[in-house]
Amino acid sequence: MGLAVGGVRSKLASSRRRTRSHVARHEELMGWVLASPWILGFILWTAGPMLATIGLAFTSWDLLRPVTFVGLDNFATMFLHDPKFWTSLRVTTIYSVVSVPAQIALGLFVAILLNARISGLQWLRTVYYLPAVISGVAVSLLWLWVFSADWGILNYLIGALFGIRGPAWLSDEHWALWALIIMSLWGIGGSMVVYLGGLQGVPTELYEAAEVDGAGRWRKFWSIMIPMISPVIFFQLITGIINALQTFTQGYIMTSGGPNDATLFYVLYLYRSAFRYFRMGYASALAWVIFVYILLLTLLVFRSSSAWVYYAGER
Amino acid sequence: MADGSLAGKVAHDHGSLATTMVTARTCRRPARSRMVARAERYATTFLIYFLLLAGAVIILTPLAWMISTSLKPKDMVFAYPPQWLPSPPRWQNYPEALSTEPFGRFFLNTTFITVLNVIGSLLSCSLVGFSFARLRWRGRDLMFIIMLSTMMLPYTVTLIPQYVIFRLFHWVDTFYPLWVPGFFGTPFLIFLVRQFFRTISPELDDAARIDGCGVLGLYWRILLPLSKPVMAACAIFTFNWTWNDFLGPLIYINSKEKFTLSIGITVFRSAAHGTDWHYLMAASLVMVTPVVVLFFFAQKYFIQGIVFTGVKG
Repeated sequence: MGLAVGGVRSKLASSRRRTRSHVARHEELMGWVLASPWILGFILWTAGPMLATIGLAFTSWDLLRPVTFVGLDNFATMFLHDPKFWTSLRVTTIYSVVSVPAQIALGLFVAILLNARISGLQWLRTVYYLPAVISGVAVSLLWLWVFSADWGILNYLIGALFGIRGPAWLSDEHWALWALIIMSLWGIGGSMVVYLGGLQGVPTELYEAAEVDGAGRWRKFWSIMIPMISPVIFFQLITGIINALQTFTQGYIMTSGGPNDATLFYVLYLYRSAFRYFRMGYASALAWVIFVYILLLTLLVFRSSSAWVYYAGER
Repeated sequence: MADGSLAGKVAHDHGSLATTMVTARTCRRPARSRMVARAERYATTFLIYFLLLAGAVIILTPLAWMISTSLKPKDMVFAYPPQWLPSPPRWQNYPEALSTEPFGRFFLNTTFITVLNVIGSLLSCSLVGFSFARLRWRGRDLMFIIMLSTMMLPYTVTLIPQYVIFRLFHWVDTFYPLWVPGFFGTPFLIFLVRQFFRTISPELDDAARIDGCGVLGLYWRILLPLSKPVMAACAIFTFNWTWNDFLGPLIYINSKEKFTLSIGITVFRSAAHGTDWHYLMAASLVMVTPVVVLFFFAQKYFIQGIVFTGVKG
């Protein structure tokens, strides 16, 4: 076997110089061809709208009257004269900084438990995925009921277990954001699916080899599992940041940004600027500011990735 | 702590390992430590069950209330303290809720859009993800960054320009805006597939190329068969998103015979006589059932791991 591979290798080496440019050109072409669905879709219905909003960011437009060019006015207003802009940025940042790491840690933890070889897994996995399935109005109502100060199940349990009165949660400006963070942890089922896919991809040989070398459970976790699924964690971190900074629905349906703007998420403020106050130009400017904010954070994570993300197939 | 014990074990084993095989070592292990190991294994299993079941209770509590509400008469919905078992359960909420609107029609519409999206997404995301993960071409990394950046601009703001484009195509009030883009890939899933492909050893590629596999052969015969877990995840995500998508149908569909379930269900929120929570919960539960069933059966693909040993040759 070894001989055969060696033979092929040497044959390859002799013909490599001749065929490399041909192979590389073929791969170059195939790369573009296979990526073309996304590239085409991007040109057809994403690039245009993105460019349009860049243009609109420098205008004033209420959807009815003609567009007027206002230069950098939108940005000046935002940074200098709009306290709601800063409030929404702060709320969104706190929410993301807490919920993203918490979701990653808890999601991974649950996925590891659900990856164990025990019976009844199929049912347990389905249960954990359930929250990701049920979306929209029904879920928001469920949580309004859970968090309700007077007739909610959470305060009912707190009263029954500890004999104290729980906070007013969604109607208390110090607790509202934390209530929404707790709620976000309920929906880790989606990320659990991704982690499970990653965990299943770790070759069992590696664990066996480590066991032979005397590695304990903790050592196997840190030295094998975490590096092997680091591309998946990286994925969760990036998409987690992108999604958390664009949180909208909970603030829109459950709290309307209140109380006292405690849950005024950035995109909720953007939505109001666009569709309640009809300031499309200002909303576009807001969109590009959050875009740059997300982009900078993402680039930071990308920069750090070479230090902690391990790819078996580095190319 | 872990390091210390590891070093100790290694040092202890070193003498015996020098000449004997690993299996010999396990055989020689004293009976007491084997019993300890077994007890430890039982304790771990117990702990796993305990944690998982505790979490399951937390997750199921709101859902149990959802079911309970769907079986209550309207005036009992907000009773306090919470009444878990409505007596008698009002089963007719279900047929009543489902006959208020042509939900059969909505179901077919939603199914049509969802199936096309799942097919489109599996095809396009795996191909594009493969190209980003495994092929070398100029501009690849730039394209990848651009793709990620499209996820960073809030959807709310591109909504209107996008609507204008679809109106130019004369696609408003048709299903096209709801499924055609699915065949052009979803950045989130392309990113997911790319990350997954990159965890697969590149030695497989070289081996396949030596065996005369072309680029497409590499994709179809080597990577796809190894990617069932991630493909299953893509299918479930796409199914779930499309099935529950609210904004898309809300914006692009006007005529009632083209409504999807997510739109149809909003009739129970009419402002005229307040929200019919009992009907809303009943209809929502019926609506999520297909996704739950799909997940239940699709997850076996997560369980079958990637067998690298089979490719050793």
